[in-house]
This record gives sequence, structure tokens and C-alpha cells, in this order.
Amino acid sequence: MSAQVSSIDELKTTPWAGGKSPFNVEYGKMMMWFFLLSDAFTFSSLLIAYGALRFSSSTWPAADLIFQSVPGMIDHGAPLVFVGLMTFILIMSSVTMVLAVEAGHRMAKKEVVGWMIATIIGGFMFLGCQALEWTHLHHEGFWWGSIPHELGEYFRHGEATSVTSTHQFANLFFTITGFHGFHVFSGVVINIIITINVLAGTYEKRGSYLMVEKVGLYWHFVDLVWVFVFTFFYLV
Amino acid sequence: MSSENAELHHDEHGEHESMSRGKIWKVFAILLGITVIEFIIALWLVPKGHIPLHWANPIYIVLTLFKAFYIVAYFMHLKFERIGLMISIIVPILFIIGLILVLTNESHYWTELR
Repeated sequence: MSAQVSSIDELKTTPWAGGKSPFNVEYGKMMMWFFLLSDAFTFSSLLIAYGALRFSSSTWPAADLIFQSVPGMIDHGAPLVFVGLMTFILIMSSVTMVLAVEAGHRMAKKEVVGWMIATIIGGFMFLGCQALEWTHLHHEGFWWGSIPHELGEYFRHGEATSVTSTHQFANLFFTITGFHGFHVFSGVVINIIITINVLAGTYEKRGSYLMVEKVGLYWHFVDLVWVFVFTFFYLV
Repeated sequence: MSSENAELHHDEHGEHESMSRGKIWKVFAILLGITVIEFIIALWLVPKGHIPLHWANPIYIVLTLFKAFYIVAYFMHLKFERIGLMISIIVPILFIIGLILVLTNESHYWTELR
């Protein structure tokens, strides 16, 4: 009997036994994770709505026929080249972000600043590319609620053209890439603020570059969303 | 506040070491490689008729999920967090799968309505 009681009274040291944080992450970082989870739901809803509309249509404009220009250079016959460049820029800026986080762990202020600036430049380059692509599509006649008059060139050979599905495509494309671009823009602004703080020595005084990690989480999430947007708008 | 941050940071320090610069570039190479494979499929294998379109789409989705795994696990560092945090982030994703199932089913019904 006494042996049983003593085994119950024994102090547990497991993560959930109390007395310490079971997640072992700082509050702000955990909240960033939960914010990103909720944002993942928003983007999924948009992409799943796109999928449902597309599945229920008998024809849909073909991505490699719509996106086949490099704005300012090639007008036709270069399918997916430009979006390939955009994807590369975003993956690259994700890498410079992890390198900033890694430099932060070593408390190397100068390296953090360098990699953060590289990330910001990557973000601006992506936004610039997106602006060019939107302008190009707008010149062709695509916008929210408007499509070109002649649709033959956007549908695969032998497929019937459809005004309804082209309208749906245009609305969904501008809404989803626009919402993503808005996230990239916010990310760039937050990155700039954090870089200014790094330069001011705020995190050096604090003894940890955890803020760089938090903004890094957001930035990787933006990259993650682009991976899905890229697949479902440009490849499938 | 500041000492708390430093303490948490210190606790994790050993685990952070697993994301070295070499490892970062390795993950980058994997992400770039997968993207290149996707382009080869989209620009060469499908147009030349080596693989039919209805095979290409599931391949794209699988490759995308691989990329998503590498970004979340290594760049976002989730692989090295405590199991409790991992579960609380990954399990709610099941709701998204639920929405996919519901809306794909619904879209078949819309086809009949059109």
C-alpha cells in the first residue's frame, strides 16, 4: 500500500507533467504558427473553390496557352518561363531568409542584415514580376469580370471555348494571386521593419534574434503558398 | 522578457544546430530539383506525349506535397520542434482534406446542373 502511494507521489518529468512549457516555444512564435495555420485555411478555401469550379466545367483555358510570354522580351511561345523565374526568385529568397535565421543563432549581426536585405530584394523582384505579369494579362483583356473577345487561342486544340469558364478563370486568378501578392507585400514590409530593428541593435540587446525567426516563418509560409498556387494555376 | 527569450533560445540551441548552412543549401537543391522535374514534365514529357495529361496532374500534386514537406519541416523548422507543437499544427490540416473531399463531390453535382 505504501509503495503504491509513493509511486503516485513521484514527480513526473514528462513535457505535459506541468511546471514547464510543453511546446518549448516562445509565445510570439507559437502565435505566429497558429496565425499561419488560419491563413493556410483561407488560402486552401480559395484554392479548393477554384478546384471545384474547374472540375465542374467541361472546358477550361489551358495554362500553357495563357501564360506564354516573358513581358518585355518574348511575346509568344515561351510557356511557363516567366513563372519559372518567379518561382526561382521566391525559393531563393526563402533560402536567404533561413540563412538570416541561421546567422541570428550565431548572433552575427552583420550577416543577419546582409541576408535580410537579400530577402527583401527577392521579395521586391517577385512583386515586380507579378506586376509585369498582371499588366500583360490586363493588356490582353483579362481582369476581374472581363475577358478578351477572341478566346480560341486560350483553349486546347479541338476543345470548345467557354465564356463562363474563362470568366471564372480570370476572377480566380486575379483574386488568388492578388491575395498571395498582398501577403508577399506585407512580408516585405515586415522584413524591412525587422531589418531596421536589427540595424538599431534591438535584438542584440535582447540577447536573441527570435523576431527574425518569427518573420522567417511568415516568409516561408508565403513561399509555401506560392508552391501550391504555382502547381494549381500554372501546371495542372 | 529578454531573459525569458534568451533562455528559450538557449534550450533549443542544440536542436538548432541541425539546420547548418550545408543543410540549408541541400534543401534548396531538393526544392529546385523538384521544380525542374515539374518543368520537364510540363514542357517536354506531356507535349511530346511521353506521359498522358491525366497522369501528369497526380504527379504534380505529389511533387508539390514533397516541396511543402521540405519547406515546413526544414525551412520552417517544424521537424525539430516538440511533438506537441507538431501535432497541433499538422492535425488541423485534416479539415482541409475534408473540405477537398466535400467540394470535389459537390462539383460533380454542379456538372449535372450546368
